[in-house]
Amino acid sequence: MHIGIDVGGTNTDAVLMEGTRVLAGVKHSTTPDVTSGIVHAIEDLRSGHDFAGADIEAVMIGTTHFINALVQAKRLAPTAALRLGLPATKALPPLIDWPEALVEAISAKSYLAHGGYEFDGRPISPLDPDELRAHAADMKAGGIRSVAISAVFSPVNHDLEVEAARILAEELGPDVAISLSHEIGRIGLLERENATIINAALRELASEIVDGLTAAVRRQGIEAPIFLSQNDGTLMDEDYVRLYPVATFASGPTNSMRGAALTSGLETCAVVDVGGTTADIGLLINGFPRETSNEVKVAGVRTNFRMPDVLSIGIGGGSIVDVETGEVGPDSVGYRLTTEALVFGGSTLTATDIAVAAGRADVGDASKVAHLDPALVQRVLDRIAERVAEAVDRMRTSPEPIPVVAVGGGSILLPEELPLFGQVHRPENYAVANAIGASIAQVGGEIDKVYAIEPGRREHALAEVRAEAVDKAIAAGAAPQSVAIVDFDEVPIPYLPGNATRIRVKAVGDLDMGA
Amino acid sequence: MLGTGGGGDPYIGALLATEALRRHGDVTVVTLAEVPDDAVVLTVAMMGAPTVMVEKLPSLDEVVAPVHALGAYLGRPVTHIACAEVGGVNSTIPVAAAAALGLPLLDADGMGRAFPELQMVLPTLYGVTASPLAFSDEKGNTGVLQTVDNSWTERIARVACVEMGCSVMISGFPMSGAQAREALVPASLSRCIEIGRTITGARHEKADPVQRTVQLLGGRELFAGKVVDVQRATTTGFARGSARVEGTDGAVTLSFQNEHLIAEAAGRTLATTPDLIMVLEHDSGEPITTEGLRYGQRVRIISAPSDERWHSPDALAMVGPGYFGYDIPAHRYDGAVELHDTPTTAALGETAA
Repeated sequence: MHIGIDVGGTNTDAVLMEGTRVLAGVKHSTTPDVTSGIVHAIEDLRSGHDFAGADIEAVMIGTTHFINALVQAKRLAPTAALRLGLPATKALPPLIDWPEALVEAISAKSYLAHGGYEFDGRPISPLDPDELRAHAADMKAGGIRSVAISAVFSPVNHDLEVEAARILAEELGPDVAISLSHEIGRIGLLERENATIINAALRELASEIVDGLTAAVRRQGIEAPIFLSQNDGTLMDEDYVRLYPVATFASGPTNSMRGAALTSGLETCAVVDVGGTTADIGLLINGFPRETSNEVKVAGVRTNFRMPDVLSIGIGGGSIVDVETGEVGPDSVGYRLTTEALVFGGSTLTATDIAVAAGRADVGDASKVAHLDPALVQRVLDRIAERVAEAVDRMRTSPEPIPVVAVGGGSILLPEELPLFGQVHRPENYAVANAIGASIAQVGGEIDKVYAIEPGRREHALAEVRAEAVDKAIAAGAAPQSVAIVDFDEVPIPYLPGNATRIRVKAVGDLDMGA
Repeated sequence: MLGTGGGGDPYIGALLATEALRRHGDVTVVTLAEVPDDAVVLTVAMMGAPTVMVEKLPSLDEVVAPVHALGAYLGRPVTHIACAEVGGVNSTIPVAAAAALGLPLLDADGMGRAFPELQMVLPTLYGVTASPLAFSDEKGNTGVLQTVDNSWTERIARVACVEMGCSVMISGFPMSGAQAREALVPASLSRCIEIGRTITGARHEKADPVQRTVQLLGGRELFAGKVVDVQRATTTGFARGSARVEGTDGAVTLSFQNEHLIAEAAGRTLATTPDLIMVLEHDSGEPITTEGLRYGQRVRIISAPSDERWHSPDALAMVGPGYFGYDIPAHRYDGAVELHDTPTTAALGETAA
């Protein structure tokens, strides 16, 4: 048995799972402190389906703690950003495009030093240990407790980042955390560096949270290993979280989508999550969310995190309906639905009223919408179906047919059959889908690098990269025989000599729970 | 927008210009009418791979160095900076150079759009050559080339560029004020600002940014639809390929080599280089680069006239479809066939500016 817990901003969901079967599921309000929410959730699971601590093989947790800490600019460590690249890059030092308030919140200091590589791996300039020691002394004097190191083209060669980290550690001691950019991001220095600085600022909080979660789980007599969900839906162990808290940032939507897919039994599908104000549409390919290919701004900072690509349209249960045009949203009564909607005695015609009038939902007082013109009701429902279908079509990556899974309280607005896509799947257990998503026990490894591919050596080069990704997944705890390549992308880079190609490979396998 | 799908992400160039303005103060922009006849005008641009530039960020030193080097070589102080290419990353680098050098910047550029090769600027048609051309890297290496023609400039500079890390700053096309007035595309920086204001203004007013942009550029909307296929060649150093966009009234095929070059529908050519072809996000009007095209995007394809001088026989030989290896005559943004087209004249250029 294993336990999945999703700590969201509003609710904490938990499920007790046997393989992919849900034995018990509970939902709670999220508590300000990490531990008591987890304790309550586990206690409730136990009262739903009794188990002994020793029966639990793993506990998987998805949390929004880290992204919330960044967005609220709270509990962030004083952080230094050190970039190796001089004499290049000096017009645009680290933190160049950051919001002022966030720079202050992390008491940021920015340093430039020699080092870094050219696109083909030649050094730009050698590392200067004395220069680094002088920077370290300044960091020490400035009360810096966490350092982000980036180097030009470190995705091509990361030796200098590692060497600089060694020198800084000597000077700063073991209590100052060091984050390296080649372990966090991909090509695009500023975006990778930004992600690394964010990671560095969260390192202290990561240790606190992991300690808190572990203590809470242990107090329930569970000695099993604890894992956290990453942006892509794979798991990381607690040691990894302490090093890379930034990898949890998008686990919320990811777990929701993966949970919806698992409960519907579909690996590749479009997921439509209809809430009160928006319908969020994402795509799962082989069980993993399709990711954005663009830069993503997080708390006003430009990064190149891998985030699930989610399209939001302004259609939800609380969306206001225009009686004249039959158009829905984007304005919504939001959380005031239970006072403002017609069926709840209010005076605003909402999408929920339309669903009740059409007999698709049984909430509130149906007699209060009995007067609605059936033609209007039908027109509104058709319009919703049409717009959702168009949004799903916009998200899919090929003209192949793809099943659609509908979840969320507002999914009553969707018809049984969607234009272009046919039958809409509605899984059970949706209320705790996030926790089910968190409980999916898979781990992965990813490689994203620029390679100069010699003529005739393409297949050989690609095989090497694939093997590297598989090894990384196994190192992360995957059972070797279960590892498969789930994502592969090859993009030639314009204007570079020697057929420079950027290759991205992701390998994923089942968590080896016996280990 | 004027990068017509190529030219590189302008983000780094914009940051660089902003930082240079913050450090060195405002730049004086002068119109072509205001330039004295005896002014010494140089263009400044980045040469190499935009992908390298997002990793090995520039310093301001290498933006300034080639201008100083070329001024010394010419034996005359440089008086004005000009923009060679108004689309993509190179649209804002001259702003950074002018700020760091304390020199005025011309409200003009060499193309009125983006093109992939060094010599593809209007001054070439007026006998202005790229050489003498100076190039600098961030390490302090600087070279000045005096070559017999543009093709040699391109060949030698390209080798140096790769050796120097595939992202260098260049300064060249020395012109007098009188030559600049005659050869450059006037008011192109003002035009950029107008385009930006038009799009953000339309979004703000909930009007259609694409339609407003088409009006401003005096162009036409060719097609609206969904990207259903993107093919990219993996064998060369160019972002070469094609994209198919399907809509309710058929389909349009786009051919690109860094920039969008040709738009065709059912065997009928809608528009070609040198006129401008842009792919914009359907609702927001945000331009989409050829590298950023992918399946499922809802887009609108628009075309707009280029500077009239690009339609002369000499110009079409340099930047028409034939030069890029397509065996069709040039078509204007409105679909009209160019009267004087030229046959395929050269092998595909493998050079980059």
